[in-house]
Amino acid sequence: MTTERITFAKAINSGLRRALEQDPKVLLMGEDIGALGGVFRVTDGLHKDFGPDRVVDTPLAESGIVGTAIGLALRGYRPVCEIQFDGFIFPAFDQITTQLAKMHYRSQGRLTLPVVIRVPFGGGIGAIEHHSESPEALFAHTPGLRVVSPSNPADAYAMIQQAIASPDPVLFFEPKVRYWDKADVDLETPAEPPHTDAAPTGLDRARVLREGTDVTLIAYGPSVAPALKAAATAAAEGTSVEVIDLRTISPLDTDTLVASVRKTGRCVVAHEAPVLYGTGAEIAARVTERCFFHLQAPVLRVGGFHVPYPVAKIEQDYLPNLDRILEAIDRTLTF
Amino acid sequence: MSPAEHLADAGLVQLLTPAGERVDHPVYSPLAAHLDGDALRAMYRDMVLVRRFDNEATSLQRQGELGLWAQSLGQEGAQVGSGHALAPQDYVFPSYREHGVAQTRGVDLANLLRLFRGIDHGGWDPTAHNFHLYTLVIGSHTLHATGYAMGVQRDGLVGTGDPTRDTAVVTYFGDGATSQGDVNEALVFAAVNNAPLVLFCQNNQWAISEPTTRQARVPLADRGLGFGVPSVRVDGNDVIASYAVTAEALERARSGGGPTFIEAFTYRMGAHTTSDDPTRYRSAAEDEYWRQRDPIDRLRLHLEQTDELPAAFATDLEAEAVALGERIRSTVRSWGPPTPASMFDHVYASPNSVVDSERAWFESYESTFAPTQGGAR
Ligand SMILES: Cc1ncc(C[n+]2csc(CCOP(=O)(O)OP(=O)(O)O)c2C)c(N)n1
Ligand SMILES: [Mg+2]
Repeated sequence: MTTERITFAKAINSGLRRALEQDPKVLLMGEDIGALGGVFRVTDGLHKDFGPDRVVDTPLAESGIVGTAIGLALRGYRPVCEIQFDGFIFPAFDQITTQLAKMHYRSQGRLTLPVVIRVPFGGGIGAIEHHSESPEALFAHTPGLRVVSPSNPADAYAMIQQAIASPDPVLFFEPKVRYWDKADVDLETPAEPPHTDAAPTGLDRARVLREGTDVTLIAYGPSVAPALKAAATAAAEGTSVEVIDLRTISPLDTDTLVASVRKTGRCVVAHEAPVLYGTGAEIAARVTERCFFHLQAPVLRVGGFHVPYPVAKIEQDYLPNLDRILEAIDRTLTF
Repeated sequence: MSPAEHLADAGLVQLLTPAGERVDHPVYSPLAAHLDGDALRAMYRDMVLVRRFDNEATSLQRQGELGLWAQSLGQEGAQVGSGHALAPQDYVFPSYREHGVAQTRGVDLANLLRLFRGIDHGGWDPTAHNFHLYTLVIGSHTLHATGYAMGVQRDGLVGTGDPTRDTAVVTYFGDGATSQGDVNEALVFAAVNNAPLVLFCQNNQWAISEPTTRQARVPLADRGLGFGVPSVRVDGNDVIASYAVTAEALERARSGGGPTFIEAFTYRMGAHTTSDDPTRYRSAAEDEYWRQRDPIDRLRLHLEQTDELPAAFATDLEAEAVALGERIRSTVRSWGPPTPASMFDHVYASPNSVVDSERAWFESYESTFAPTQGGAR
């Protein structure tokens, strides 16, 4: 086992490199991902090492990127598209939802589209408009897509490889606020198969990051770090919080969530996206259905308000930060 | 003046007049010179069979056997002519009206009707015929064709000089589709990648009720030029010219010369679909103008004038068309609905816990209905 201390961005870079090395059909496509290495440098060095036919600087057209990726996949390639920022995925929304998501279905399983769409998402980096959004629920609402989001470098490294190995299209949401986080990552051990019940860290699985007995706290992507902090703070105040990193938004690993809530009787979900019709709403419904007689309190959600993502100077008041998560935990304890 | 006449101009490539006479064109005649009686009769046969099929499908819709039907009526010249120029290894991305191209790719025409009967979103194996599924979101498949062509390039199947290996991709779309962003992005991606792609636009003068003048103030072929893509306008009701311009474009693509935009000037002689009422937006005079330019009549006149339509061939073809119609009718009527639980099939290629649990719930719910009532539900 060779572990290396690397950033989240470097972990994805290493996972992409490994996929490019292992499968000649893998190719990367996106805006400025070549010589520049992407605006976040996630593809740094790959253009130099794999050439312009495998690390492709595309025209500036997101529908074109995803649409041509579909065609390449139909020809046997495994394209990994980079959407430069969350707020710029919408020109590709039609290709993703009406074409990419449905091709396997409408061809009666004759055609598969192993396409990965990487999306740097979320806020907290002081960005201007359209650069801090969390559109994951729009895709989780679409049958035929898988939607995942790693929260740490080790998962980022494994999950990007699992996403590329998936026969189904995967929306891969990368929490851009975490790009510079460092952690020890095992770069040698191969990633587990993406979708088997036997794989505890497959692309289908949520993971309990911290065990607890009083409240279950569910988060993913950028919100996992504040969730862990909240659990540590609550522990100091005598509340035992179990933290679950969702990892997969579609499909939901409901069993893992239910097992935890049946134990704790309380549940809080935190994400940056607006809570109205969001991932937390879906989790609340499913947990309530299956844990009705175990619940001591209604499932609470902490997340974005029903407002456009606000200006950078006040974004910390919009995000589900430590204080707001703790407030929700306190509220569940008052029932 | 009909919109058609307004946009028609002398730049149209024509090798066969509406009266059935061959005309010379310095560039394109040589590309059609090898088409002998057999080759022209093969095109004629395909056009006649597709029209019969198309009429049967319209009738089936009227009888309630199909939910909807989109006719190819009047566009057989553009479709069959271009289809005959394709090599087996070429790949086609059609829109939803390319029944004539499907015929040239060996797709069982009956299977085109599964979609319209509401029993399948697709209906055939695209890879068995190198003929992709129909796409209903206007223009979106032109990007798939472009990406597919970029894959062909990466496979090293362009410019090898081996005619059995060099591969081109063709995508079909309408005049209305040229306004879509995806078609314009397809032109950009194809151009900068020099992709082996033919963008075959059938300008049938109408996008449902909107004439081509609502999509463009220049001939559609001029669009291609703006992207640096060689472009040509062809008389789409001239099957020989449609063949020749497509053959040239395919050769350019296969040899590494990149994409070509073809505007096939033709006419949608039928309604947009069986749900449409063209009398609300176009004149009987316009219909009549185009009826005089019917692509099938044109080739038949030519074959007759050149003594290439033996009576026995015509009789056999009529019998074949009748038999096709009968087979289409009985096949379509024999298709029952899929099982309700089949809606859960193939949502994902890998196991999916959400779909699996919803299917399990649905099946147990279904099983609560007594078998005696089950059939009636
Ligand atoms: C994106 C999209 N918008 C609208 C429609 C509805 N629609 C179906 S066909 C059509 C007209 C298409 O015209 P054209 O591209 O000229 O093709 P034609 O039907 O004439 O072959 C429209 C508006 C659609 N299918 N897709
Ligand atoms: Mg049209």
